[in-house]
Amino acid sequence: MPSFVITEKCDGCKAQDKTACQYICPNDLMALNRDIMKAYNQEPEQCWECYNCVKICPQQAIEVRAYQDFAPLGGNVIPMRGTDSIMWTVKFRNGSLKRFKFPIRTTPEGSVDPYAGKPEPDFSKIKASGFFNNPARTE
Amino acid sequence: MEKETCTFSYCQRPEIIEVETDLLLIGGGMACCGSAFEAARWATPKGIKVTMVDKAATDRSGAVAMGLSAINTYLGENKCADYVKYVRADLMGIVREDLIYDLGRHVDDSVHLFEEWGLPIWKKADDGFSLDGFQARDAGKAMLKDGGTPVRSGKWQIMINGESYKVVVAEAAKAALEVNRKATGVAQNHYERVFIVKLYKDANDPKRVAAAAGFSVRENKIYLFKAKAMINAAGGAVNVFRPRSVAEGQGRAWYPVWNSGSGYALGMQVGAEMTLMENRFVPARFKDGYGPVGAWFLFFKAKATNALGEDYCTGENFEETKKLYSPYAEKMGTAIRNHMMMMDMKKGKGPIWMNTHLAMAELATKMDAKRIKHLEAEAWEDFLDMAIGQAGLWACKNVEPNKEPSEIMPTEPYLLGSHAGCAGFWCSGPGDVPGTPAEWSWGYNRMSTVKGLFMAGDVVGASGHKFSSGSHAEGRIAAKAALALILDEPNYKPAVSKTVDEIAGELYLPFEVYEKYKTLSTDPFTNPNYIRPKMLQARLQKIADEYFGGISTWYMTSKTMLDEGLKLLEMLKEDANKMAAANLHELMRCWENYHRILSVEAHARHILFREESRYPGYYYRGDFLAINDKDWKCFVNSKYDADNNTWELKKVPYVELFA
Repeated sequence: MPSFVITEKCDGCKAQDKTACQYICPNDLMALNRDIMKAYNQEPEQCWECYNCVKICPQQAIEVRAYQDFAPLGGNVIPMRGTDSIMWTVKFRNGSLKRFKFPIRTTPEGSVDPYAGKPEPDFSKIKASGFFNNPARTE
Repeated sequence: MEKETCTFSYCQRPEIIEVETDLLLIGGGMACCGSAFEAARWATPKGIKVTMVDKAATDRSGAVAMGLSAINTYLGENKCADYVKYVRADLMGIVREDLIYDLGRHVDDSVHLFEEWGLPIWKKADDGFSLDGFQARDAGKAMLKDGGTPVRSGKWQIMINGESYKVVVAEAAKAALEVNRKATGVAQNHYERVFIVKLYKDANDPKRVAAAAGFSVRENKIYLFKAKAMINAAGGAVNVFRPRSVAEGQGRAWYPVWNSGSGYALGMQVGAEMTLMENRFVPARFKDGYGPVGAWFLFFKAKATNALGEDYCTGENFEETKKLYSPYAEKMGTAIRNHMMMMDMKKGKGPIWMNTHLAMAELATKMDAKRIKHLEAEAWEDFLDMAIGQAGLWACKNVEPNKEPSEIMPTEPYLLGSHAGCAGFWCSGPGDVPGTPAEWSWGYNRMSTVKGLFMAGDVVGASGHKFSSGSHAEGRIAAKAALALILDEPNYKPAVSKTVDEIAGELYLPFEVYEKYKTLSTDPFTNPNYIRPKMLQARLQKIADEYFGGISTWYMTSKTMLDEGLKLLEMLKEDANKMAAANLHELMRCWENYHRILSVEAHARHILFREESRYPGYYYRGDFLAINDKDWKCFVNSKYDADNNTWELKKVPYVELFA
């Protein structure tokens, strides 16, 4: 189900050095056409449909069209990812709709302080089992 | 044919950046994020530098990039010894029990951290039904570390709202790296979009790794990282066999399409010993969309049947299976269930259905309307968290899971070591698990047979069923051990015998080849002097599929087929020297394919060496169709000599530690 970019909505992330979709795609698929300053999926047959470009696009300019080698036309799945939850709209080929909302995180974005309240490492135990913060279980 | 070399006579010379660090983390998935978190804590007070290099953006890299709907390894109330027995049974009896026990006793701490960092984890409500992460928080349910009760889908699995699982874990890893960066005063210690493609041995110690080279996929820059120790967590191999999809659906591999065998190839380049590379994973998944079946089987209690409504794991199928595969058949592991599913498919009793509608109807008898709606949302979330395309496929086919069943099918084979597979490197164990042979702990925990080269996640062999949480925990175990090595040898200085120019030439060879020949034809795609990575990958997949037991032969192979396939593979390996890249994206594809070739060659050579069918349902040796415990209840280990292109394979005794 390759992602595609809607011409009218994409603004090439304006003056940024790279677009948000280029930044995030785990498979390096999103590219910027500098002539028209719009993004596109340069290798749709390698798209895992992870939706990370769809979720990150500030213009909501990216959607996914189902893989045509096995999926009939007409369905789609659209996410709207907020800071603590995600809304999904699933549109069926027959036109019916389903909407879901799920939590995505219980803490504010960027709030992870990895070692706050955690002990210092004990170097006398570096070759024993256990992590710096807790011993290993014994059963 | 003449061998191509790159002297930058045709292609542009890249900028070369040399970085000296202490601990290098190769990868950015769950394992390397675990490594970063643990390593930075031990390293920082000692002034030791930790550097992570990720092929993609760490927020969404690795196998958890899309998200997950469950954490498959959380021991909780269970015992570590039982975890070992469960993994052993599913992997057909041959595993490294010291590594698995070690994983089991550490994994829960990583899950507790995930929850602390913000991952929503389902909890059991007072009435026995499930609460999502928000409902649990609002109801004042305790966190797991404080004794909170998760929603178990199976004995080892817990349900989560995991759309942002990787984002949360990456945030902690990046923050940890930043702590280390500030304290050690380096300008940068987290590189994204840099693809590590080659490891180099130490110039003064051929049994030690000293450097890793890679290139930016964004700009003309090559990086050479010298390090005192490295953690290789670059993942397993996908798209090494011809996939079932025929066109753009090839992107919808079950395993993430960007895991190209780099984890295997990197270790093989420096001669790290491998184990059980004959193992593979062929998941039975929802057809085409490859949506997960775990929650359907375990949580919703759905049953899979043939088209006649019969359980394919009983009756005649089961009796026949026992004849060849007892006592493993009775354990009903993942491979055995695949085997019996295919028995019915071959009899024309397909499609095989996952009876989602019957399961939902059964569950609904105990629920009011509000709960039924929650149940439906849970079923969709399972896909929307981790295989969105499957939800899209249901939408395109007008499938509502509460009204009709969906087809399941075994996929193309994948090579990996963290899910229900165990192909990878032979690693030193923790050394303190009673009964472990002394020779299984030759060095630091999770170190390969190459000094300084540690492994974590998908590339640790004979230790499957770690999944996301276990990979994170294993990254931490490896990182701590690597720090111990670095502290033990403070005077070690890594040195490489090759010059940076030679290394740059190796990495940029596909550019040189392309620029040298591209004007010969009017269409640079078709040219007799080189092969583009897409075509090389197609040929690799065809060879693997037809000769090494892919989908087109129902996973069947034999000595004669393997021999012929390996002959063809050798020519492909030679041709890989003529891969051509027109741009950086294609250069990445070229190197992914070098890595795929090595991974699949190791796989084929191991299958050839093991003269039995240890993993029915995953692959068969037609010339040795049964399991033969008498001769083959052992590990198969191998070493590849990259300089001479030679292989050594041997049996290594299996030892049971947990009766």
